[in-house]
Amino acid sequence: MSITATLIGQIITFAILVWFIGKYLWGPMTQMMDDRKKRIADGLAAAERGVHEQQLAEQKAMQHIKEAKEQAAEILAQAQKRGAEIVEDAKGDAKAEGERLITAANAEIEQEVNRAKETLREQVVNITVAAAGKIVKKEIDAKAHGELLKDVVGQI
Amino acid sequence: MSSSTASEASGPTSVEYIQHHLQNNSIGEGGFWVLNLDTLIYSWLLAGVLMYIAYTMGKKMTADTPSGGQNVLEAIVEFVQQQIKDIFPGSNPLIGPLALTIFMWVFLMNAMDLLPVDLLPQLGQLVGIHYMKVVPTTDLSTTFALALSVFALIIYYNIKIKGPIGYLKMFLFHPFGKYLIPVNIIMTTIEEVAKPVSLGLRLFGNMFAGELIFMLIALLGGASLYGLLPQIALGTLWAIFHILVISLQAFIFMLLTIVYLGMAHQDIEEH
Repeated sequence: MSITATLIGQIITFAILVWFIGKYLWGPMTQMMDDRKKRIADGLAAAERGVHEQQLAEQKAMQHIKEAKEQAAEILAQAQKRGAEIVEDAKGDAKAEGERLITAANAEIEQEVNRAKETLREQVVNITVAAAGKIVKKEIDAKAHGELLKDVVGQI
Repeated sequence: MSSSTASEASGPTSVEYIQHHLQNNSIGEGGFWVLNLDTLIYSWLLAGVLMYIAYTMGKKMTADTPSGGQNVLEAIVEFVQQQIKDIFPGSNPLIGPLALTIFMWVFLMNAMDLLPVDLLPQLGQLVGIHYMKVVPTTDLSTTFALALSVFALIIYYNIKIKGPIGYLKMFLFHPFGKYLIPVNIIMTTIEEVAKPVSLGLRLFGNMFAGELIFMLIALLGGASLYGLLPQIALGTLWAIFHILVISLQAFIFMLLTIVYLGMAHQDIEEH
């Protein structure tokens, strides 16, 4: 019931125990808990950053899609315009070609008509000469009466 | 010794029973130079348990997947850390292990009180050990070993932080200023000496009283068969209440250690 030399033993025990627990339990454990706290904080920060980056990426993607849509619309409009132009051109060409063909055909027809007239005229001359020859019973010299014949042919 | 052997035939009287339980198993000449073997051995065993836990847990703990035991220790360490952070100014690498050791060691030594009062002494009787006190903190030597260690640290850090002259000034000019130096010396000395004395006596008193009440409750059943029921009821109640007491006393000892060392780390206020 009084303080004895046990005190000294207990003090030494206490000192050893404090040293031991400080070295093997308190030190490593507080170190580990601090590290873990830091890691958790880092992880949360990284997650936050990730979310932010994702939002940015989404915004960027939306922007890209919008631009692409605009470009597509533009290209479409251009194509339509170009198509209309081509159709217009083709129409013009076709019209011109048609006219050209008509003109050529008309010219040919005229030529044919002229040729037919010529042939007709020659035949008329021949018939006329033959007829006249029969009438005057005298061979009309084509060469001598060339002038006259030409004049007659011209009148037909 | 002779009286106890004589009374064993008819069973010990109440006074003898209690006196027997309050007798340390000691060797030595008497006076100061006595070693209480039971106190030493039980506190060493508990210190060994703590060292074993500390060593194995310190080796196998992981940051990623803490398991049962590690969670418990982490909770205790974090609790102690929080107390230190709240109370202790600045930082000191010794204060953490010191507070944790006091808390766990005192708690374990107090917890010996929850074992039935007669269990270990009776087992001791069987192998020829006649006296045994199983709760080391019911021995003034243990509580004052802790209190005086803390006191030594208080003085050491007072001198280290305030300087020898600053520490002397604290005795001279605290708490009433420079005109009442003799009073100041007495007041401050009492204040300082009261710290270890109150630390040691508080723990000892609580544990000793608790142990004594366990013995009185144990005597109820020993007196007659009718006492058995109240013994069980009261013993259960007191044991449940004592769970609070042993934790609280361990906590208070730790907390006051932190407070006193914190005061030692503060610079003196001017008066």
